[in-house]
Amino acid sequence: MHDHPLLDIENLVVTATSGTRLVDSVSLKLERGSVLGLIGESGAGKSTIALAALAYSRPGCHITGGTIRHGGVDLMELDEDARRAYRGARIAYVAQSAAAAFNPALTLMDQICEGPVRHGLASRKDAEAHAVELFTALDLPDPARFGRRYPHQVSGGQLQRAMVAMAMSCRPDILVLDEPTTALDVTTQIEVLVLLRRLIRDQQVAALYVTHDLAVVAQIADRIMVLRHGKLVEEGATADVLLRPTTDYARALVAERTAARSAAFEVEDKRPETVLVLDHVDVSYGPKKAVSGVSFSLSRGETVAVIGESGSGKSTIAYSIAGLVSASGGEIQFDGGDLPPGHRERDRDTLRRIQLVYQLPDVALNPRQSIGEIIGRPLTFYFGLRGEARSARVGELLSLVGLPVEFAQRLPGQLSGGQKQRVCIARALAAEPDVVICDEVTSALDPLVAEEILKLLHRLQAELGLAYLFITHDLGIVRRIGHRVVVLANGKMVADGTTAEIFAQTDHPYIGKLIASVPELDTGWLDRHLQERTAS
Amino acid sequence: MKLFGSRLSTPALIGIALLVAIVGAGLLAPWIAPYGETDLVGDVWAPPSLAFPLGTDNLGRDMLSRLLFATRTTLTVVILSTIVAFALGVAIGFLSALIGGLIDQLISALVNVIMAVPVLIVALMVLAVLGTSVPVLILTMGILEATRVYRLARAVANGLIVQEFVRIAALRGEGWRWIVWREILPNAVPALVAEFGLRFCFIFLFVASLSFLGLGVQPPFADWGAMVHDNTAAINLGGLAPFYPAAAIAVTTIAVNLIVDWLLSVHARPAGIKE
Repeated sequence: MHDHPLLDIENLVVTATSGTRLVDSVSLKLERGSVLGLIGESGAGKSTIALAALAYSRPGCHITGGTIRHGGVDLMELDEDARRAYRGARIAYVAQSAAAAFNPALTLMDQICEGPVRHGLASRKDAEAHAVELFTALDLPDPARFGRRYPHQVSGGQLQRAMVAMAMSCRPDILVLDEPTTALDVTTQIEVLVLLRRLIRDQQVAALYVTHDLAVVAQIADRIMVLRHGKLVEEGATADVLLRPTTDYARALVAERTAARSAAFEVEDKRPETVLVLDHVDVSYGPKKAVSGVSFSLSRGETVAVIGESGSGKSTIAYSIAGLVSASGGEIQFDGGDLPPGHRERDRDTLRRIQLVYQLPDVALNPRQSIGEIIGRPLTFYFGLRGEARSARVGELLSLVGLPVEFAQRLPGQLSGGQKQRVCIARALAAEPDVVICDEVTSALDPLVAEEILKLLHRLQAELGLAYLFITHDLGIVRRIGHRVVVLANGKMVADGTTAEIFAQTDHPYIGKLIASVPELDTGWLDRHLQERTAS
Repeated sequence: MKLFGSRLSTPALIGIALLVAIVGAGLLAPWIAPYGETDLVGDVWAPPSLAFPLGTDNLGRDMLSRLLFATRTTLTVVILSTIVAFALGVAIGFLSALIGGLIDQLISALVNVIMAVPVLIVALMVLAVLGTSVPVLILTMGILEATRVYRLARAVANGLIVQEFVRIAALRGEGWRWIVWREILPNAVPALVAEFGLRFCFIFLFVASLSFLGLGVQPPFADWGAMVHDNTAAINLGGLAPFYPAAAIAVTTIAVNLIVDWLLSVHARPAGIKE
């Protein structure tokens, strides 16, 4: 057995029922104790390859070619029962969303012990003892009793770790990690990354690590495979791919991450004409105060970024300005006049001048209206445009956001995520607003697509003099497009200043932690970060 | 063959063919029926013969003729009741979801009170008090069934109102008419179509049971439910008389559901995806 690599996939082909090749002859080898990173945008086939390592394909897909050898045994030649003996026991899978992967009606212990007991590898008692060891290894609170909790009783980061414990419960040789930290906050992501890396080293397992974030994979993988449209683009040792990418696509990916580390354009701090002023704004949901005493201002042609961890109240601020939730205290002034708290009390022109672009373009567009209707409605509603004039203006707006004019005929379901977000922006622009509130507009998009959207927003600001309120948790974005930054923590304002000022405050406990938690495109970053943390 | 831009499935074609035949038979009843609706033409429960293809009923009237005439009354009552149920249920359900708060609570409480009493008992009381004319029958059943439609319409609308595209329309300053007609209704169609098929069948059986109890369509006019009722005693004698109207009810509900299943398979697909 020692002659064979632990996992040896050769010329893997996965085909969808429609006939499209999702994965086109990809080969990979994995040795004990090593981590291979699979990188690519959505649709690149990286998750499909990860699942194929378990000789499994999603409904509607079929593994149509290639061999998947596990210690010399080709899983594709085994029948379904024999394959099942491998899954979970020898090769374990960790899904992206732990919250969706756990059964909410069973305790964590029940679900973690299920694998070893069902595979006949251990008695329930031994499985529980092993689970407690894993909880300890994964730094979970009160390991002896942690398993008695239900999935909703633990935090997102803890649940993701419990999922790793579940995968490790059968002592597998290979871990398949499918975006295990993508759904987590930057600060939580580090905890999980550190523990994962330690676990992989201690238990001497091999791992496939799927992610779209180069900086994350840099911390954990020994080798990287860059994938695009189901094909291998580039493969090499992590440091080589990051420092000396040889293909254009890999170079673009690396450049996108590097750009996030440095301001891409000159940030001028002129503040010509203030349009929006928040003065000690409080917002409460029932008796609970979500946001209290937030004050800042926004000028024409300026971008103010509101940053903070999830739950810090940054979206609540956006909604109170848009009028979706009513501020319970303080004042919001818009263009010199008071802004009524609820959108129902605002007149049509005020509504027109403040536009909101949501995080998820999929749910922000009515699936049963054509793009032309979606963008055309504000034109009719605010400016009374109809017929020819309206279609002409819809065409202009589509070109403005870089989409072909023919898209007016399509339905949202026929567009990609990035295209849908452009439609959302075009709809906001149709109203000819003064202020555009962008609520995490790029976080649901692939890095290169997000980069295009940011460039578009920046160009539109220069052309139309728009003021942006940018809600985000991504500090890379803030550096690139923010003129000023407002930092929130637990509903309170922690700091407010120009982007340069805020990023200089590395000694501030909260801001420092936020900045330091953003992974850098450097294989040694996690180790340095840990040293700094223990030192301080 | 295509309808609304989508190809018809074989079951849908069968359903449409059946429904066209049934409606056609009802419309053409005065011309194709061998005898009059209320004419006494033969013996009681005569077996099928050349003169009476389906035999005769409990009073010696021709079964086939009565079956054809009954199609008109039964379908009219059922279709109108279903339309009343949907118009009321969807309108109030959507508004209730849209307004929310105390008004929503009050309407929902009222609907729950109506639903708490078995429909048949309410219908029996109402029809006993107001008499059993056809308009009263249609309105009673429409209103009672509207409570079920209301629950569904309100739940569907509640799910859609929190969607971001509806919020964006509200933030644009759109009135409730636009929000209901253009944002919510098109997305509620699949659920409502499914409910329409089910509700149609329930109302069909409801009319039949009311007629069976003697509170539906009144004699001497024919109605499928009433015909089953009138001829039940024939079962003891081994006659097929109650079987024909019962089969008519079954075939019609199946035909409607075949069409509804197809509509659902078309609408349940994500918007924009063609087969």
